[in-house]
Order: sequence, then C-alpha cells, then structure tokens
Amino acid sequence: MTPRRLGLLALPLLWTAVFVVVPLLLILKISFAEAQLAQPPFTPLFRDGALAAQMGNYSLLLEDALYLRALGNSLLFAGLATLCCLVLGLAIARAVTRAPKGWQPLLLTLIILPFWTSFLIRVYAWIALLKPEGLINAALLGLGIIDTPLVLVNTGFGVVLGMTYSYLPFAILPIYASLAGQSPKLTEAAIDLGATPMKAFWLVTVPLARPGILAAGLMVFIPMVGEFVIPDLLGGSATVMLGQTLWTEFFSNRDWPMASALAVLLTLLLLVPAMTLQRLELGRAAR
Amino acid sequence: MNRFSPLNLAALGFGLAFLYLPILLVVVFSFNASKLVTVWGGFSLHWYGVLFSSPAYLEAAWHSLQIGAVAATLATLLGTLGALALTRLGRFPGRQVFAGLMLAPMVLPEVILGVATLLLFVSLDIERGLATVMIVHATFGAAFVLVIVQAKLVGLDPDLEAAARDLGAGPVQAFMLVTVPALTPALAAGWLLAFTLSLDDVVLASFVNGPGATTLPVRVYSAVRLGISPEINAISTLLIALVSVFVIAASLLYKRSLTGRR
Repeated sequence: MTPRRLGLLALPLLWTAVFVVVPLLLILKISFAEAQLAQPPFTPLFRDGALAAQMGNYSLLLEDALYLRALGNSLLFAGLATLCCLVLGLAIARAVTRAPKGWQPLLLTLIILPFWTSFLIRVYAWIALLKPEGLINAALLGLGIIDTPLVLVNTGFGVVLGMTYSYLPFAILPIYASLAGQSPKLTEAAIDLGATPMKAFWLVTVPLARPGILAAGLMVFIPMVGEFVIPDLLGGSATVMLGQTLWTEFFSNRDWPMASALAVLLTLLLLVPAMTLQRLELGRAAR
Repeated sequence: MNRFSPLNLAALGFGLAFLYLPILLVVVFSFNASKLVTVWGGFSLHWYGVLFSSPAYLEAAWHSLQIGAVAATLATLLGTLGALALTRLGRFPGRQVFAGLMLAPMVLPEVILGVATLLLFVSLDIERGLATVMIVHATFGAAFVLVIVQAKLVGLDPDLEAAARDLGAGPVQAFMLVTVPALTPALAAGWLLAFTLSLDDVVLASFVNGPGATTLPVRVYSAVRLGISPEINAISTLLIALVSVFVIAASLLYKRSLTGRR
C-alpha cells in the first residue's frame, strides 16, 4: 500500500476513531462509575491509584422493575410493530410485483417518498388523528359508531401504530426485492399441481422469500427497539421504552452512569440482530 | 399469470392511503382559518404569517440550514474517502472492522450515538453549539454517503482509469478526469441525502446542541410535546415541501448516476 493510498484511509479512520470509537468506549467506562453532584457528574474510574469500577448500575438495571418494564415494553412494541410491518409489507410488496411492469418503479418511488418527508412530522400527523378530539374520533362519533371518544393516543396501540407507519417503507423494499427475484413459473407450477393461488403463495413464494423477509424484519426491529420520538409522542407513562428511560436518566435525573449503562445494555441487545442482518446482506451480495 | 386481482389492488390502495393520508391532512389543515384541528374554518394563510413573524422559528431554521450545509459537505468528504478506501485498497487488514465502524452510526440507535458524542464533548471540555451538532450530523451522514458512493464505485469499470493511465495521464490526473466526473451525480445525491437527514434529526441535535443552537426540528419537537397547534401544521407543510424538493433531486441524480455512462 503506497503512502498516497494510505492517505485515503487516514481522514475517515481518524474521524471514526475520534467520533465513534472513543465515545462508545467512554460510555462503557462511565457505565461503571457512580453519579455524583459535581462536574463531571460521575465518579472517576481510578481513585487513589486503584480501580474504582463498580457494577451497581448493571445490577440495578436487572433488579429494578422500572428498567425491566422498559426493556419488556421495548421488545414487545418493537416485536408487534415488526410483525405488522411484515404482514403489511408482504401484502403491499406482492401487490407491487403483480402490477404492470411499467408501473412498478413509480409505485416503489411512491412507497419510499413519505419515508423522506420529515419523520417528526409524520408522527405529529398521527397525534392529530388519534387524540380524543382528533379526526378519527370525530369521524366515528359523527357516524354514530361510538358514543364516547376512544383512547388511542398515550397507549401501546398508538406506539405500535406509529412505529409501523414510520418504518413500513423499510420493510416493503427488501421484501419486494426478494419477491421480484422469483420466477413466476414456480407459483404457476404449484397452481398447475392443484394448489389455490393463496396456498401457492404461502407454500412456495413466502418460503423462497425468507431471507428477504428476515432482513426486512431485522431492519425495522433494530431501530424500533431504541426508538425515542415515537413512544414519547404517541405513548404514555405506561408505555415507556428503553430509549426514553435513557433520555430521562440523562436529562431529568442527570444520572449519566445509569444512562451509559442503559446504552451499553441496548447495544448488547441489538448486537446479535445487527450481526445477523450484516451476514444476510453479505450473503445477498455474494450471490 | 400476471393478473392484477382486486385483492392486490386493495392492498396497494390501502398501503398508499395509509402512507399518505396523515401527511395530506397536515398539509390541508395548515391552510385552515380555524384554530380547531378538526373543524374546517375556510382557507387562510394566517398560520404562515404567524410563523414568519416568529423570531424563534426563523432563528432555528437558520441554524438548521447552516448545520445541514456544513454537515452534508463534511459527510460527503468522509463518506467518499471511506468508499474509495473500501473499493480501491484491496483487502487490507481490518477492512471489515473499518467498514463496520463507518456504518455503525446508521445502525446504532440515535440515543446511543447522541449520549456517546455528548460524553466525548463534555470530557474534552468542548462547548456545545452549532459546531458540535455539525460534527455529529457529519458522522451520521457519512455512513449513508458511503453506501451511495460505494454502490457507484463498485459499478465503475476500473479499466477506464487504467486506459487514461495508458494514454499518458498521471494517477491523480486520471482520477480527476475519469473517476470524479463519473462520481459527481452520486456525490450530489449523497450530499442531498446527508443534508436531508440533518434537517430531520431531533434526537442527536437534542443531545449535543447548546442553548444558543436550537435547530428547527428540536424547536418543533418541543412545540409538539406541548400539544398540536396550527403553526406546527404550517411549518410541517413548509418542511415537507422543502424536503420533497431535495429528495426528488437526490433520487433523480442517483438514478442518473447508476444508469449513466459506464
């Protein structure tokens, strides 16, 4: 490797080291400290020449019901929303593959476009729809379907709906890619052999698209677990997720070591799904 | 067997309605004369007037534009160098780790990147302000630029540059005259993408912005937390229009970069 070529690597490597690697190591370090009323607001890792690390934050994480509930909520809501994304994603992606060939690029563009219109605004739009005096309740009351407004916002339902809505385009694209790569002859053969189109879809199309479906699921599940804005705006006090707990520890309680321990836990939680996703993507690139 | 059944039509119709209706309602109600969110009080530009006479929003918008422009430029530089390193340096030791670290900001939850970067600035005693937001947005955007530019570089025939060398160009000259022009659309697409991401971010900016560096999304977010109001509809509509223009430009450029001369 010539020095000039090494120059290519120098700047991005240095930047990543300083602004990604060092910060992540700092989190790990501070997660073993204790909060204190000082500047900086945590105890040093070494005191009087001896290692003063302590596991208190981690043991509290695994004992305190507050953190366990946040963990459970994160996994539950992210899991449910992932399931919704996959079901809707399969139906919509399949419909796109069945549309006339000339339409497909336009349809895909239409599906991706809302993903780029501000994330915050799309979540905000749902508040206007879901709240007690919002449009959905106004419509249902006006039609006489319900007598009292439904509680839709500040609930787990709101969080799952908001996450499904925000991440759906992410799920549709990989599923579409794996469906579009399949020969239609395979389903035709199944139908010739007596399967109904629905049965052919479940027995032939879906199993063949499994890597794409798995990739889509991980791609939406990973960011959902750490989501902050959606549960904060559409959820309530009973639906607190890990990202929010981290935020509260950091900003409201000023317990930086606890926030760091939560960040480490969240990273560990997502490490296996992220590595599986990377392997799936690499596998697809190799094919 | 290419029947487009009613079931498929229903799935598409439902899907697109689900994706677009909420946004459409925000846009429609931004022109509502009434303060109530569910009652149509006639067409009015009142809320846009309120917005443009609010110094807090204007200042935040100016911050966001400055941050977006600088962060996108830095992200394009870093992402492009990273992509070049990954495609041109062969299988150097630690290549996978380097790629993983460059892409990590894309996968890591934003709260983690936000907390981590803030801890860095605090430990180094760096005062928080516009510059700190620019840095974290550049780190975030570089991952996306890397993906876009790398996709283009992989599709680029290395023989073209070799041909330029055979015809007497030096390595730098060959790179500047052959590879850079071919990369330009991808670079522009990457820049626009990084700019859009910066303009959209709440979480990272909330962690690392100082008291005098509130960005537009952070300002909108604190307003949304207090409840919905017609001004937010108006500002949302403006942001949707702005971001749509950028995204359409980016996707047109990207498409041209992939289908363009190879």
